[in-house]
Amino acid sequence: MTLRLQPSPRAVALALLAAMSVSPSLAVGAAPNLADAAGNYGITSASRIHFTVAQAGGGGIAGDFGKFSGSFRIDRNDVDHSTVEFTLYPESVKTGGKRTEDFLKSSAVFDTANYSTVTFRSTNVKQTGPATAAVEGTLTARGTSRKERFSVTLLDWNRGSIAFNIRGNIHRSPYGMDVGTPIYSNVVEFDMNIKGQRR
Amino acid sequence: MLRNDKAGFGWVTIILHWTIAAIILALLALGFIMRRVPIDPVLQFSLYQWHKSLGFTALGLAVVRALWHVVELHPKPPEGLSPLEQSAGSVTHIVLMGLALAVPLAGWAVASTSTLNIPSFYFNWVVIPHLPMAKSAPAENLWTLVHMTLAYLLLAFVTLHVLAALYHHFARRDDVLVRMLPTGSRRHKRSQTAGANPVIAGRKKP
Ligand code: HEM
Ligand code: HEM
Repeated sequence: MTLRLQPSPRAVALALLAAMSVSPSLAVGAAPNLADAAGNYGITSASRIHFTVAQAGGGGIAGDFGKFSGSFRIDRNDVDHSTVEFTLYPESVKTGGKRTEDFLKSSAVFDTANYSTVTFRSTNVKQTGPATAAVEGTLTARGTSRKERFSVTLLDWNRGSIAFNIRGNIHRSPYGMDVGTPIYSNVVEFDMNIKGQRR
Repeated sequence: MLRNDKAGFGWVTIILHWTIAAIILALLALGFIMRRVPIDPVLQFSLYQWHKSLGFTALGLAVVRALWHVVELHPKPPEGLSPLEQSAGSVTHIVLMGLALAVPLAGWAVASTSTLNIPSFYFNWVVIPHLPMAKSAPAENLWTLVHMTLAYLLLAFVTLHVLAALYHHFARRDDVLVRMLPTGSRRHKRSQTAGANPVIAGRKKP
């Protein structure tokens, strides 16, 4: 298959977005507590926004978004009042294959010509454990906004920086990105390592 | 009758012939459209998948037909054909049968060597595994070229074959096309009992 978009690339997939979330929560006991991590952070480019989409018969498409920005605030008094906002630029998608990437950027999936960003804005944060939280928010992709949820695990922090692992499964069909189903799963699994720098 | 006999084609041959013919013509059109006509990428993706599913169907039926051709009796050539015409006909039929196998096999090789590694999910029902071939851009390009060349060669032979059938029917007014039609099967059965072929009998000789 050599021409154009090719068939599709497998592409199909999709991806959607990412989101982020953050939350603070922290560890207990001897570990530093929430107050230690509270503050305002900017998301740094050392973060990794990784996604996979399973395919029929095993395997799937895996990729990363290279360009994104965002910030979050961990509330000093109440973790549940923390907030996060995140913007992803889908034209920065990398899957290791140009045909697949071009397909993802095309009107079949992200339609980057018309929608250059995918955004997430938290609406509700709930601490679920000493170092974990569930972050709910509005994900907007291709002109559609929906409520999505991510689970956040605090990995590490120190005076200036903080690291989380964030996971979430997003159904792509509601965003008009259902191309390739059911060969490629409707569910995009995000596995993100977010690094924040205190502001 | 299901089987061929010396006088004509049976239902199995006739149904296989027309089913395969319809699928192959659809695949040629689909292949051309999905690859050469600028269309929406979502539609293009699904046409590719339909092309593969339908192509595997064509392959399965072509295998059945080739086996059937080997084990089944061949009707006598229609009357009035010169030996040259007879062999031109049988060579064309062998080539058609061979290409009906080779074209989808080469298509399967395209899907199997493609670096896109898109599964062949037969009508969204079962995954047909890729052939055990290494995936690489050069291999994919080569097989794409082979598949395309053989596909358009098949189109050329089908065109020849159809023109020959129409020529026999309208210019020569013989039995060649009619005996491959479902009505031909019924008629040849009746004609056997009647001892004459009404289709031919009723026609003016050129
Ligand atoms: C008798 C069966 C088949 C016929 C007549 C057929 C015909 C065609 C035609 C005419 C094209 C377009 C060629 C061009 O213009 O470049 C094409 C492309 C293609 N066919 Fe088939 N095909 C058949 C079976 C299959 C099968 C079984 C598969 C895979 C399992 C397959 C996979 C493909 C692919 C992947 C392409 C696109 C190649 C590319 O874009 O690089 N085909 N086919
Ligand atoms: C769509 C238009 C087509 C027409 C009008 C047509 C017509 C015919 C006719 C009239 C015969 C019988 C010849 C005889 O009486 O001995 C025949 C046989 C045959 N045709 Fe077609 N055909 C068509 C398409 C195809 C296609 C697409 C293929 C295959 C790829 C094909 C493969 C064959 C083969 C292999 C035979 C020999 C059958 C046997 O001896 O068992 N035909 N066709």
